Amino acid sequence: MQTVETHPTLAGAAAAMRERSRYIAGGTLVMRAMNYGATGIETLLRSGDAALREIRHDSGGIRIGAGVTMAEVIASRELDFLAPVARVIGGPAIRNMATVGGNLFAAHPYGDFTVALLALDAQVIWADGHREGIEPFLAGRSGTRGLVAAVQVPRPATGEFRFHKVSRVKPKGVSVMSIAGWLPMAAGRVGAARLAFGAMGPTPLRAKAAEAALRGVTLDADGIAPAVRVAAEGLAPADDALASAWYRREVAPVHLKRLLLAERRV
Amino acid sequence: MAKVPVRFTLNDAEVALFVDPGANLLDVLRRGAGDLTPKHGCGQGTCGACTVRIGGEVHLACLTLAEAAEGQRIETTGGLANGAELHPLQRAFMDGFAAQCGFCTAGMLMAAKTLLDRSPNPSRDEVAEAISGNLCRCTGYEPIIDAILTAAAQMQGRAVG
Repeated sequence: MQTVETHPTLAGAAAAMRERSRYIAGGTLVMRAMNYGATGIETLLRSGDAALREIRHDSGGIRIGAGVTMAEVIASRELDFLAPVARVIGGPAIRNMATVGGNLFAAHPYGDFTVALLALDAQVIWADGHREGIEPFLAGRSGTRGLVAAVQVPRPATGEFRFHKVSRVKPKGVSVMSIAGWLPMAAGRVGAARLAFGAMGPTPLRAKAAEAALRGVTLDADGIAPAVRVAAEGLAPADDALASAWYRREVAPVHLKRLLLAERRV
Repeated sequence: MAKVPVRFTLNDAEVALFVDPGANLLDVLRRGAGDLTPKHGCGQGTCGACTVRIGGEVHLACLTLAEAAEGQRIETTGGLANGAELHPLQRAFMDGFAAQCGFCTAGMLMAAKTLLDRSPNPSRDEVAEAISGNLCRCTGYEPIIDAILTAAAQMQGRAVG
């Protein structure tokens, strides 16, 4: 049996973290693990810290508290560019519960919101105030200690951020893969693009070969062809109940093409 | 380990009980409060059979820490009917054969009620989206969507075609 500790501040919860503690927010990951008999969780830590639920502008962009739910992302005017991402996560009940902070730790094939954060080059802000880029955070995720307080994202110019989730069941289904792209444009050509894939590796991963191939091209079938050819390069998909690794590699170029050409498919 | 006290309102009734630390709200509703309408399906947030309303919004009781329900207003399908008089959604589900085995029904009704509270005249797509977190393995969903649209029309006082 567990004990549950509720701390008024996130710093208090962070200080109380032990080897066998888990922080619980919406519960979609931790309660699920407990319902399936997770051993090794002795203490559940909660916090009512109001800062966890804040969405606000600061010097480097928009700061999203780790406890902000997907439903709150959808409702936020500042985060309108992320609404299409939050809208395809789970069903309505999950979106009322699942948080941005939890999504950072959601294992394959979950964690579609974090794919968007990776494409946007988000900063992870820890409870002690130190910051870490999303990419090193994800690389070290399995050995993570400490609590995340917030993430910070830049606001992309209108139309420069795109997201596409591929699932077999509509309107709600788990990702076969998801793709997020940040495509800064200058004079009709792509600048320094960032592309991130979800469900194509143990964590969301950048498609760096495709990013490089996009630099300076126009977003039409000919311009994107070299990037599409190397879409799956550097990715490490796994076989699971939804799709084989082979299938994921085969269809990654198709879905990247749809994202880049903004083709709408049902 | 000591049990902990939790108080909430369940379908407008005050409930106060002791729960095991770390228990989920579904177990507490079913075993503690005796409301058997929310169902235990998957225990992992996939099926939606345990869907309840907390503060008017749909939540999955099996993934909700019982202690997080402290002071909250919880609604289940157990509180939908007015005495012997079924809610229009329940009536439409019954008349339209939208419940077969019935296991998903209580969750479907909570999702549907939440939609109609917000959007009394929803489109078919909006209904499909609203119940997208609720799995049904019997009906193929179409009778459920029809029933929700029928109930919406009846609640609006419109003729049902």
